[in-house]
Amino acid sequence: MDALGWGAILLAVLGRFWPVWIALAVTFAVSARFRRRLGLYGRLYDSTIGMAGFALVMFWVYTAVFAGGIATHDVLGQISQMKNEMPGTALPDGSGWYLLGGDHLGRDVFSRVVAGSRIVIAIAPLATLFAFMVGITLGLPAGYYGGRLDTVLSFLANLILAFPVILLFYLLVTPEIVRTGLPQYLAIVLFLFPLVFLVVLLNARYHVQPTRRNVMVAAVVLLGGWAYLSLVSAPGTRVAILPQPVDLIDVPPNILIVFVSVVFVNAPTVFRIVRGLTLDIKTRDYVAAAQTRGERPWYIMLWEILPNARGPLIVDFCLRIGYTTILLGTLGFFGLGLSPESPDWGSTINAGRRLLTIAPHPAIVPALALMSLVLGLNLLADGLREESLRD
Amino acid sequence: MLAFLLRRLVAMVLTALCLSLVVFYLTNLPPNLEKLAKSEAGSRITDAEVESWLEKNGHARPLVVRYGEWLGAVPGWTREEGGVTTGRCIRRGQDPAAAPRFCGVLQGDWGYSSFFKAPVAEKLGYHLGLTGILMFWVMLLMVPLSLLIGILAGMREGSKLDRTLSTFSIATTATPEYVSGVILIAVFASSMVGLKWFKGTATGAMEHATFDNFFLPVLTVALYGIGYIARMTRASMTEVMTAQYIRTARLKGVSFRNVVLRHALRNALIAPFTVIMLQFPWLLNGVVITETLFSYKGFGWTLVQAAGNNDIPLLLGCSVVAVFVVLVTQLISDVGYVFLNPRIRIS
Repeated sequence: MDALGWGAILLAVLGRFWPVWIALAVTFAVSARFRRRLGLYGRLYDSTIGMAGFALVMFWVYTAVFAGGIATHDVLGQISQMKNEMPGTALPDGSGWYLLGGDHLGRDVFSRVVAGSRIVIAIAPLATLFAFMVGITLGLPAGYYGGRLDTVLSFLANLILAFPVILLFYLLVTPEIVRTGLPQYLAIVLFLFPLVFLVVLLNARYHVQPTRRNVMVAAVVLLGGWAYLSLVSAPGTRVAILPQPVDLIDVPPNILIVFVSVVFVNAPTVFRIVRGLTLDIKTRDYVAAAQTRGERPWYIMLWEILPNARGPLIVDFCLRIGYTTILLGTLGFFGLGLSPESPDWGSTINAGRRLLTIAPHPAIVPALALMSLVLGLNLLADGLREESLRD
Repeated sequence: MLAFLLRRLVAMVLTALCLSLVVFYLTNLPPNLEKLAKSEAGSRITDAEVESWLEKNGHARPLVVRYGEWLGAVPGWTREEGGVTTGRCIRRGQDPAAAPRFCGVLQGDWGYSSFFKAPVAEKLGYHLGLTGILMFWVMLLMVPLSLLIGILAGMREGSKLDRTLSTFSIATTATPEYVSGVILIAVFASSMVGLKWFKGTATGAMEHATFDNFFLPVLTVALYGIGYIARMTRASMTEVMTAQYIRTARLKGVSFRNVVLRHALRNALIAPFTVIMLQFPWLLNGVVITETLFSYKGFGWTLVQAAGNNDIPLLLGCSVVAVFVVLVTQLISDVGYVFLNPRIRIS
């Protein structure tokens, strides 16, 4: 078979993404139809920038969902004749093409980039969510109570922020540190926050209906606690709390470490934002009204202040997912955490950069993928900011 | 003002102490020390030999004491064995009586790099100098360009020029250094595209920096910062342009050009100053990535080598420098902000 030309490559690549195009079309058609009833999300469709960003983000989300159907080859399958081959080269046995060429080990660049989207889309939003839980749970009381609590927490946050991120990664994500179990202890602390957050949230809301509250809190503690314990404990390491059969979620230890360090780096910034917003909002009249009414502090923080801070927080959430994606790429670029075989974009760029001047495509393709996702998130955040300011 | 400065300085010193203690703890964990012993005394030694090597070299004592020694607040350890006195502050072949009691960072002794086989202070100084040159050119490119973009975009909010420049700034903030660097090398230095205008590595720039071996790394570091500073400048410019005194100046008949240059510009530049100062810590990140990518042996490259080769004294030195840069820029940005904006009072 002959090698494909650039036009044919483009058509073939676009064709491989057909489930994504269908899913995107359905999403946009349905959302545009009902946009007047969808609140802030619906108003996003009034801003071109926001819509473009949303399309880019959803493209990668759907790619991650349908990755199995889009990829043409096995992620780890090596064909030695295809080493550093140009995009569009036909396979030696004539069964197909490497659409975007082969990397330095003769693996398919296209399939690896598609598979890599799964790792990014799975880790980045979740890690950002956890960072937000930590930041909100600590930032609200720091801003609301002020005083010594605020001083101590702010000092700790500034301490972490004064660390250059890469140095922190190099200190946290090395095999030596992993052997001491330190990242797992960090996980024990950090993963507790979502649980605490949910319990306090429900308790504050349904404090006056004890039966209802007891049921809900018990459900959260049982289910969340089980998820928490099985997330944190990994058999065969220092933290093996749960026995193997009950250990539901088994996260590979290196993914857990990457996850924890990304949450750890992001949480102080979220803390600062939430604290600042709380300081501003707590002077409003409705907070004074709630205080006069005799509401308890946590109810005021979680159900009066937090909902009114949601605009800036949603925008920052989008921006922060992008930043987390960049951080994940940085980790991969320095070969920290994830295994070198992993198809995530950072590691792929790292593997491809050594031959950059001879065969740039193994590094360029994941680089463009990462850039488009982060760009999409930035544009989405911009659109959301514009639309939420219009009120 | 003086009380404010003093309080900030105390907080800064406290932060620096805490951070260096954390780094010291993380770099001196048992597995790191074991690795150090094996790389110094041979990789096939037994666990008992590791123990005794650590014992002999003063690593088997409480962490706080070792930290104090490194800092220079606690006298260095000495040890007598068979009539020969060894110690932290005693160089090989030096008379023990003549050696100083304290030898730590406070005395200017940063230790001995096990990877480079040279004193840490000397190595750090050399590589920091190289990074200094890089940063100088980055600043020279980044600051004027980003201010220009921000002012042009913020001058007439919502115009076509504003839309174009804003999208450009968003695009550059969405492109981390390892992406822009890869793309720039592929386009301007690879044989695939064939332009070959610049060199793909900056190793030659350490000796003799020229336009074609130094422009790409400088541009890579600068690009990521440009978007951010430009967006801040734009926000501040649009705010100033809606102020009453601008409207008055326009109604008075001052030309648009003069309004922007004479009235708006100075007021719009207060906010970007802080942002530019706070960019330094971010630039540090970019410098590490870019220097690794272009194999330019500056501070970032040294940090990566120190971390990758378990070179504890060098890594500690790098951390101190990095933390120092972050804290000092924070201080300067706070103080500078007050000087630029007389409306702010610190009490």
